[in-house]
Amino acid sequence: MAYSELVKNFNRIRDYMREFYVYGFKSRDEFDRKSARSYDDERRRVESWLGDYMRFRQTPDGKNVFLSIDSRLSQHNPLYKAWKAKSFTDGDITLHFILFDILSSPEVCLSLGELTERIDAYLAEFDVPRVFDASTVRKKLREYAAEGLIVPEKRGKTVCYRRAGTTEVGNTDCLDFFSEVAPCGVVGSYLLDKVGAHETHFAFKHHYITGALDSEILCALFAAMHEKRSVILETVHRGGGRVFEGVFVPLCVRISVQSGRQYLMAYSPRFRRITPVRTDNILSVQAGEVYARFDTLRERLNAMCPHIWGVSTDSRSGQRLEHVEFTVRYADDEQHILGRLEREKRCGTVERLDGNTARFSADVFDASEIVPWIRTFICRITEIHFSNPALEAQFKNDIEAMLRLYGLWEGSE
Amino acid sequence: MIFSELYSAYYTAVANILKAAVGHTLQKGELREIVARHAFGESILTIEPALTEERWQLLRKDGTTPLQNVPTMPLTTLEKQWLKAISADPRVRLFGDAFPDLGDTEPLFTAEDVVIFDSYADGDPYEDEAYIRRFRLILDAVANRRPLRIGMLNRKGSVRNLRLTPAYLEYSEKDDKFRLIASDTRFATTVNLGRIVSCELDGELPLPKHPVECGREKQSSVVFELVDERNALERVLLHFAHFEKQAERIDETHYRVTVAYDSDDETELVIRVLSFGPMLKVTDPPRFVGLIKERLIEQKSCGL
Repeated sequence: MAYSELVKNFNRIRDYMREFYVYGFKSRDEFDRKSARSYDDERRRVESWLGDYMRFRQTPDGKNVFLSIDSRLSQHNPLYKAWKAKSFTDGDITLHFILFDILSSPEVCLSLGELTERIDAYLAEFDVPRVFDASTVRKKLREYAAEGLIVPEKRGKTVCYRRAGTTEVGNTDCLDFFSEVAPCGVVGSYLLDKVGAHETHFAFKHHYITGALDSEILCALFAAMHEKRSVILETVHRGGGRVFEGVFVPLCVRISVQSGRQYLMAYSPRFRRITPVRTDNILSVQAGEVYARFDTLRERLNAMCPHIWGVSTDSRSGQRLEHVEFTVRYADDEQHILGRLEREKRCGTVERLDGNTARFSADVFDASEIVPWIRTFICRITEIHFSNPALEAQFKNDIEAMLRLYGLWEGSE
Repeated sequence: MIFSELYSAYYTAVANILKAAVGHTLQKGELREIVARHAFGESILTIEPALTEERWQLLRKDGTTPLQNVPTMPLTTLEKQWLKAISADPRVRLFGDAFPDLGDTEPLFTAEDVVIFDSYADGDPYEDEAYIRRFRLILDAVANRRPLRIGMLNRKGSVRNLRLTPAYLEYSEKDDKFRLIASDTRFATTVNLGRIVSCELDGELPLPKHPVECGREKQSSVVFELVDERNALERVLLHFAHFEKQAERIDETHYRVTVAYDSDDETELVIRVLSFGPMLKVTDPPRFVGLIKERLIEQKSCGL
C-alpha cells in the first residue's frame, strides 16, 4: 500500500512515538520487529507531524531518531498531533462536508431519500460525479448519530435526520489550560481546533505529555467505570514483550504528576485483589459484564488509600503494612525543609522534634515506593528505620554505593 | 471514539479551505497556506491533488465550492462529556462564571474516577473568592498586555510592592500553583499567585508583546550516566521526559543522558538526581558533580 501520513490504527504509532520520545537511543535495526519499511513509514509520519521536535544522531549502530521536547516551552502538547492523523476514505470526507452543508441548522430535518437526492445534486457539478447509495448514506448517518452529531427522528413511518443542537465551546483560556492538565486533554485540543488561531496565555512546568498517548485507553476505562463493568485488558510486559489478557474491574485511575505515569487501579477476580496496571502497558480494553460488587470494591480501594504511597497495594516482605520513619536535621535558616516535609508527606505524618529536627513516619503497603523521595533528603537524614529489614539494608547500601560512585567512601579511589 | 477522522487535521484543513471558498474563489497559494497552517508537513501532497483531481468532490476547478455555508459541525458527545467533566473542576471558575450549557450530558470522568496522588499539599486556593478575582484580573492583564501593580508576601511575611509587565501564566501540576512570569523595569521575574495579596491594573497603555521564552534565558545542562538496574532506564527517562533531553547507549546496561534545564531550578534538579540513588552518576558539569558530592559528604556526617 502507498505511504500515507494518516494511520488507521493508533496502537502501532503509539509505540513508535513512545520509543522516539521517551527513549530515543534505538537504531533502525532495533525497531525491525516487522519490516524495515514499516519503521521507515512510521518515522516519516512522526517527522511529518512533529518535524520541529525531531532530532537525529549518528552512532556506530546507525542513525538514531528521537523527539526532544521541552514541554515548558510548548504551550500545547505536540503529541496530540498523532490523534489528528486518522485515515479515512475519499467518500468519507466528501459525504461529511456535503451532509453538514445540507443539514446546516438543527431546523433542517430530512429523510434518507431527500438527503440522497440533495447529495446527488451537489455532486452533479463534477466531471465524474461520485454516487453514494442510500445504504452508504444511512450507515454514515448512523455513525454520526452514535457520535452525537446527528439526531434521528421518526415522522410517521419515516426516519428523518437533523444535526444536533449547537453548543458553544466556551472560553479559550479555559480550553488552553484544561487541554493540558485534564485527563484526555486531547479532546480539549479538538475543541481548540474549532476555535482556530488565538494567542495563548499559559505555559506549563513539570509537564508530562506522554499520558496523551493513552487517551483512548482512559476513555474506554472511564466508560466501563461509569457502567460499573468489568473489562478484558490486553497488556504487554515491557521487559519481554509478552502479551497477556485478563479480566479486571476498573475502579479508578491514579496519576503521578511527578513521573507522568498513569495507573489503572483494578480488581482482579482471578487473584482476588486490587492491583495497579500501568495504562501505557494496556494495549486494548474490551467492555465486559456489569459487576455487581463494583461499589463495594471502590469503597475497599478508598479505605486502602491512606496506606498507598504511590500505587502499590502489597509489600515484597509479606507484611500487611510496612512501617517507615526517618529523621532529618536542618539549620536555623533551613526551616523550608519542614515546609517540604509537610507539603510532600502524602499519607505520612510529620512530627517536629525541636527547632532543627523533624521526623516523618508512615504505614504503607509498600515502603519501597517511598525510598526515592527519602533520598531527596540526602545530606540531612540522621536516622532511618524500615519494618522491612531488607529495605533498610538496601537503603543504607545504596548510600554507601553513592559515596563509592563519587569516590567519597573510605578506601575508594 | 477518540481516534476519529472527525477530529483529524485533514478535516480541519479542508473545513478551513471550504470556509474560504464559500466566500471567494480560492487561489492555490491560499489553499497551500491553509494546509500548512492546519495540517502536517507533507499534507499538501495529499490534500491539494485530492481536491483538484476531484477525488474529494468539494471544490470546483475554478476554486469555488458547491457548499453554501461555512462548514460547521456540532460538538460530539465525547467533546460535551469532556467539557462536562472539567466543569466540575474547582479551577474552572478561574476562567469566569459562564460555562457552555451541556444539559444532562454525562461527564467523561468524575473526581471519583481520577486521583492525582503526588501533587504538593499547599496548592493555590482555587475556591477563594479573592484569589479568583486576582487571577481573573491578572489573566486579563496578560491577555491585554497591561501593566500591573501588585503587593506580594515575601518569605518574611511582609508585603512587597512591585510594578510588573505581565508575560504569561505558568502552571505546575506538581506544585499545583500558578506563577506569573513577568518583568519589572530591568529583569524577568516570577511571582507565585498564591503570595499576591493585592493587585490592580497600573496605567492604560498596552505594553509590547512578550514571548513565552521570557525569563527562560538561563539554560544549563547536566550529563549523567545511568546503569539499568531495578528498571532504572525506564524510570529515569520517564521522570526526566518533560525536559529537552538526549539519551545514548554506552553498552548493554549503561546509558548517557543529557538534560537541559532552567538554572533557577538547579536545586530541584539536584534532589531529583539524588532520588535515583546509585543508578545515576553525574559526570558533567563539574560544578553539578560538586553539588551532589557536597550533599553526600554532608550525609556522611549525619552518622546514619
